[in-house]
Amino acid sequence: MNLKKTFLPLFNPLSKDNPVIVQVLGICSALAVTAKIEPALVMTISVTAVLALANVIISLMRNTIPSSIRIIVQLVVVAALVVVVDQVLKAWNYEISKALSVFIGLIITNCIIMGRLEAFALNNRPWPAFLDGIGNGIGYGIILVIVSFFRELFGSGTLFGCQVFPQWWYDAGYQNNGMMILPPMALIVTACIIWAHRSFNKDLQE
Amino acid sequence: MNRQSNTYTIIYSIILVAVVGVVLSIVYQALRPKQLENIADDTKRQILAAALITPASGESVSEVYASHITDSFIVNSAGERTDASADPFDINVALEVKKPADERQLPVFVCNTEAGTKYIVPVYGAGLWGPIWGYVAMDSYGDTIYGAYFAHQGETPGLGAEIEKPAFSSQFEGKNLFSPDGQFQSVKVVKNGQEPTEGAYVHAISGGTITSQGVQKMLQNSLEPYEAFFNFLRYKH
Repeated sequence: MNLKKTFLPLFNPLSKDNPVIVQVLGICSALAVTAKIEPALVMTISVTAVLALANVIISLMRNTIPSSIRIIVQLVVVAALVVVVDQVLKAWNYEISKALSVFIGLIITNCIIMGRLEAFALNNRPWPAFLDGIGNGIGYGIILVIVSFFRELFGSGTLFGCQVFPQWWYDAGYQNNGMMILPPMALIVTACIIWAHRSFNKDLQE
Repeated sequence: MNRQSNTYTIIYSIILVAVVGVVLSIVYQALRPKQLENIADDTKRQILAAALITPASGESVSEVYASHITDSFIVNSAGERTDASADPFDINVALEVKKPADERQLPVFVCNTEAGTKYIVPVYGAGLWGPIWGYVAMDSYGDTIYGAYFAHQGETPGLGAEIEKPAFSSQFEGKNLFSPDGQFQSVKVVKNGQEPTEGAYVHAISGGTITSQGVQKMLQNSLEPYEAFFNFLRYKH
């Protein structure tokens, strides 16, 4: 079996078929959790876990699901997984679960998850579906981390909560750009990434 | 069986929901004790934070709590201890702050620190997106704030969420809650350049105006019923 083909679902979403900047899914949470790097990272891990598991479960069920209620079935599976992740975090890593608070629940509404279940898991076997989940989760995370890097650096002058810009810089009149903290800048930064990405990948240009 | 038939669809959804329901309730029941323990530990950590005590990593929060919090009781708005059997630790402050001042049960935690005895009281209010709460430690004379701790559920990171940072809460240290003529006055949270001429104030968070106003309202509403108790501490000396 062609190894490259097997792992296509894993590597494709990292750049050529990135969920955020090419499929334009999951933009909503890219706005919400990218003001700081740390929540962006934990969100990435949680989304990857839920996406991979949901992909596998839906893929296993794919031949039994009645097509008239398939969206509802997907939603029930995703919602159940998110509740389990939330409960497990509350029991075993209370600090992180406090830091993420509402964001965990918001995974349910992440369009990447429904998008991948519809587009991939319903038509593929569990193993490729699992790889597709991991790949898309990481592809989503890469963009989140890049966006939050710029937003935290210029919005708060910190990275991972540690001060980056020296104090004398501020004494000399430099100010953090409060605009970077606000959601519109996440869209603008994401748009800049899409711009750069498309000028490297001419075949993606429409 | 025909997968497109109504019967199949209905039976399928019933089984699915039943299975998911069972799984979720098992997970909930299995993890509940551990979660309750975490929540209690977290509350203890917050109470200690108000008295500027941070358990070192690896230290058990419960043990540090037990060694510092020597007593806890409930007072009423007249400053008298009530003989309520309820544990002050279990009082739901979120419900108490909605009652009129004279019906509230007001928990007090007595904390022994290196800087003497402190009295820690809970505060609870509303921010921009959800509840905000915290604990305020008063010094043994009952008129000056020794330390404060604030937390929030979902304020905007980098803006309103900054209330949980020491940079904000440490501003409260040393603020006097009584005017020179003995009137109770809560701490005001004001913008730069709008400092009041009298009374204690701290600086608000730029970009977090609603949350900052929420902190001011929370302190006013939650601390005022303690006036009699603070007065009792003031005249005890």
